[in-house]
Amino acid sequence: MSNVEAHTVAYVRDTMIAQQSPPLAESGAIRWLRSNLFSGWLNSVLTVVSLLAIFLAVKAIAPWLLNAVWNAGSLAECRAILDGATGACFAVIRDRWHQLLFGFYPPQFYWRPVLALVLLFVAIAPVLFTGLPRKMLIFSALYPFIGYHLIWGGSAWFPVSVLLGFVAGVAAYVILRNLNGLVAIFGAIMAPFAWWFLAAGPFDAAMSAAIPLGLDFVRSDRIGGFLIALIVGVTAIALSLPVGIILALGRQSDMLFLKTICVVFIEFIRGVPLITLLFSASLLLNYFLPPGTTFDLILRVIIMVTLFASAYMAEVIRGGLAALPKGQYEAADALGLDYWKAQRLIIMPQALKISIPGIVNTFIGLFKDTTLLVFIAILEPLALANAIRADTNWNGIYWELFIFIGALFFIFCFGMSRYSMYLEQKLKTDHR
Amino acid sequence: MKKNVLFGTFAASMLVAGIAQAQSTLEQVMARGELVCGSNTGQAGFGAPDANGVWQGFDVGFCRALAAAIFNDPNAVSFVPLTSQTRFSALASGEVDVLARNTTWTFVRDVDLNLTFVGTNYYDGQGFMVPRELGVSSARELDGATVCIETGTTTELNLADYFRVNGMSYEPVPVDTAAEAQQQYLAGACDVYTTDVSALASSRAAFAEPDAHLILPEVVSKEPLGPVVRHGDDNWADIVQWTLFALIAAEELGITSANVEELKTGSNNPEVGRILGTDGGFGAMLGLDDDWAARAIAAVGNYGELFAATIGDQTPIGLARGLNAQWTQGGLLYAPPFR
Amino acid sequence: MWPRTRLGQPTGYIMSITNDQRVATAAPQKPAFHPSMLLYDQRYRSITIQIFALFLLMLGAAWLIDNVVNNLRLLGRTFSFNFLWQSAGYDINQRPIEYDSTMTHGRAALVGFLNTIILAILGCALATVIGVIAGVLRLSKNWLVSRLVTFYVEIFRNIPTLIWILIFGAVMAESMPAPSAFRGDNASSSMIFDAIAVTNRGIYIPSIQFQTELGVLPIGPFAPSLNWILILAVIIAGIFANKQLIAHANRLQSETGIRPKTWWKSILLLLLPVGVILVALGAYLDYPELRGFNFTGGLHLRNSFLAMWLGLSLYTGAFIAEIVRGGILAVSKGQTEAAFALGLQPGKTMRLVILPQAMRVIVPPLISQYLNLTKNTSLGLAVGYMDLRSTLGGITINQTGRELEGMLLLMAVYLVISLTISGLMNVYNSRVKLKER
Repeated sequence: MSNVEAHTVAYVRDTMIAQQSPPLAESGAIRWLRSNLFSGWLNSVLTVVSLLAIFLAVKAIAPWLLNAVWNAGSLAECRAILDGATGACFAVIRDRWHQLLFGFYPPQFYWRPVLALVLLFVAIAPVLFTGLPRKMLIFSALYPFIGYHLIWGGSAWFPVSVLLGFVAGVAAYVILRNLNGLVAIFGAIMAPFAWWFLAAGPFDAAMSAAIPLGLDFVRSDRIGGFLIALIVGVTAIALSLPVGIILALGRQSDMLFLKTICVVFIEFIRGVPLITLLFSASLLLNYFLPPGTTFDLILRVIIMVTLFASAYMAEVIRGGLAALPKGQYEAADALGLDYWKAQRLIIMPQALKISIPGIVNTFIGLFKDTTLLVFIAILEPLALANAIRADTNWNGIYWELFIFIGALFFIFCFGMSRYSMYLEQKLKTDHR
Repeated sequence: MKKNVLFGTFAASMLVAGIAQAQSTLEQVMARGELVCGSNTGQAGFGAPDANGVWQGFDVGFCRALAAAIFNDPNAVSFVPLTSQTRFSALASGEVDVLARNTTWTFVRDVDLNLTFVGTNYYDGQGFMVPRELGVSSARELDGATVCIETGTTTELNLADYFRVNGMSYEPVPVDTAAEAQQQYLAGACDVYTTDVSALASSRAAFAEPDAHLILPEVVSKEPLGPVVRHGDDNWADIVQWTLFALIAAEELGITSANVEELKTGSNNPEVGRILGTDGGFGAMLGLDDDWAARAIAAVGNYGELFAATIGDQTPIGLARGLNAQWTQGGLLYAPPFR
Repeated sequence: MWPRTRLGQPTGYIMSITNDQRVATAAPQKPAFHPSMLLYDQRYRSITIQIFALFLLMLGAAWLIDNVVNNLRLLGRTFSFNFLWQSAGYDINQRPIEYDSTMTHGRAALVGFLNTIILAILGCALATVIGVIAGVLRLSKNWLVSRLVTFYVEIFRNIPTLIWILIFGAVMAESMPAPSAFRGDNASSSMIFDAIAVTNRGIYIPSIQFQTELGVLPIGPFAPSLNWILILAVIIAGIFANKQLIAHANRLQSETGIRPKTWWKSILLLLLPVGVILVALGAYLDYPELRGFNFTGGLHLRNSFLAMWLGLSLYTGAFIAEIVRGGILAVSKGQTEAAFALGLQPGKTMRLVILPQAMRVIVPPLISQYLNLTKNTSLGLAVGYMDLRSTLGGITINQTGRELEGMLLLMAVYLVISLTISGLMNVYNSRVKLKER
């Protein structure tokens, strides 16, 4: 048979052709260019326009960056070194970077905020990475006191005596629990206050006198730059989480009155610009407090920013609650759990987990919004940039400071947003 | 996370400066152990933090003199930077004890805002600065010009009045801070930069080419700048007021930071003795130590020394004394007698 | 936005079952009311809690009001909005309505309010355009373009908007030519098409003026020109007529299968009446012209406005780009395939199948971006844009010292603006919402 066929066809190849490289136009860089940059006339036009834009931008900025001066004591010196050429004067960053980062924090103590930041990551690690041992949560619980003491300093007995109040609360709850649930809760709330108002002061004073322990005290008006942005951002987010949870639950509650309060509060906070709330903290809060009360502006700002963040947090958590399948609620009911037990054991752990990316995004937004503190003369990075420019040495400097501040914000926020995207991916697969 | 709540609450109670009951300002300051002074967010020569975060300047120097008068320590003072918008409420709410921040003494502020202006430490007036190449030699030629002004100041109102009175039009470019205003002006985004003449001079001194800019001869307003305190605490107002007068009188009587210790041991001028506290017990009348004024002068020098060290013609700011010379020198500085 | 979940209800439900059972088995009559039921009985507990909350709220409010009254008395002030009727004394550069320094603070606040609205509307519009283009381009197969757009999105999203506003302000002021550069025979700069001047004080563009002025319509503090009202009315009438025309064409098509040609009728309906009215009113273009220190005539888009507009739009546009991208990606590929299977062309697939579904995902987050942009207009003071916060919340408060009244008024106005936007958008949202059955 094969012989017959062999004669009917003029030519049959009896060996395989060796594999050959694809045609030039379909391989290597050219193929990549054709498919990725010049796949049609529209794409070609877009590519050319993009290249042109990049070229123009580089042409405008490159000489300025390449001629940058890093070593000078003043803008005038920079100008003298540049001798008429265009060039950046990054010497100002070299001269003042520590102010942009820490404000007027005493330089010999810079290790303290840095250590506080490192420990912050240790403290939130067990919250974010479930693989870590649960015992680390004890450190997370202690962190606020450690962080506070590291940054502000003062007597170490102060945070300890505050902490003991919470210990008293837990102790009261444990003791009274067998008696009556309601009494136990009441006791757990009252015991810390009793401790703080009655015993904490004398305890603090006595211990400080007996064993003086602690870091040097740093006043809050020395704190500025990115440090203040981080303090305000982190504290407000941490504080806004419980408030946000309560608001979110309140908004979904069946109790009409509570629900109305929560909705009005959330919509009010979300409806006015942050700047008006900051002005309220700086200008109006004194009107709403008893005559003669004054507190630290940073504290007032933290309170206002917390209120602001908690309204947004409530919406994020509401999203998390809504994303939970109805079956979870029904399962909790089927197990006979009451409202709070269901929330604590079933609903919240899941809802909060789903909400983590949203919480991170809220934090990024809040961190960026700390730049608005410049309007109420808190020494955040932009305000420090103004103060630096008021110095006769650096009068007239502009772009260099903005680029430095912008770059720092970018690094921080970009890192956070990447992390939140990673989390989103991870949590998504968990659910399938 | 929930535990982080505590942080705020207790960072909080730590920072609470305490509830001030019916205490006088002096008692509060004494109890606190330091003076809280409202200052500029950054105005070269008048008040700005240096590279180490130490506040420097003319207004700052006055606060240091006040701290020295009260505590015998010119560093027992903390500075709260205030914007033109937050300054009066910070003072009214007790956040600061005294405001020394280029604040113009006006009727409405004194009467309606319930502030007390204790005197004038710098007599200023609003002027205009233009680039020389514009070819303008008088403010009357500025019809149709674009003018950079700092918002929230009296200059904004004076400007509107001046152009209205002279039947000229202008395009205001409101700017938030002095640094921003200079930037806009140097970039040519406005033809004219208007603010107090002292600030114009200090800005010009910092320019790359100071000679390319001209400060026009017209001074269109009176701007008496001075320290301000809350209305209602007369003793505190007296302390601030007479500290200022002590600095001014010291210059008139030739008391300097160099010779103050020497003069304390004896001077043939009885008024010097009364100022320095060797005679008359004036400090006790204010509720201070008798050598209060001597301490203030020793700390920052007399008015002339303070002026020369911060904004005088030997400094980059380079201001002449002008109206701020002693009355004996043809200026307006005139301290009431210490008697 | 979110489906309402039924929190709290289930537990009540269980309790009521147990109660019912007890009622059924133990006693036929209702159990007597006992005070402890206020705390332990689910039916009464919510009432107890709410009354308690109401009590706390009223106590808190009373405390705050009492403090305000005491503080005001101590400061020797009264709570009054009279300052709004005092003369303002300051000038505003961008004036949508007539204003000068002898007018009242209230009028200045109104000017600021209009400036806020103008910026918010134009900003939302530009941000949407930028966002949609960037969102679509980021999905482009073109490697370079998608990288460039990613760069744009990331750099704008991760740097605070205030810094962007300041940067745009600086770019406008620092890198554009001064008006004097346009002067002389061999000027170093020239106007684009002899009509548009880009200077370091802003951009001057030609404006439309009329030879015949019909006068103004006095409504309270506003005085809109009758010319513009007339033109607007004609345009709206044209759009309405065009809609009728299309509807008629659709009806004809569904009845007979033949669609009449409408495009030339549409153009005629939309453009002709406007053209006629413009000619009748003697409309002409007023070109900017260098006179004295500055350009005069035409429309002046100031630096402050441009910095705010570009800064806010590009910043918000980056967020909208992500929303648009997410919305398009959220429509499953099967939808496109199904549309192709039905024989729809790619353009129609996008318009009739993909976009309507993507819109449902896009609109809710888009609303909150619009709200954010509107609230961010309050940063205007940073570059000297005279919005509501710079006039009422800035200069007026500063000159009069009425920070309590001024701030409360400012918050109230922003709240009303925000609620209006979210209200309007929610109406739209409920219209495009998927009807779940």
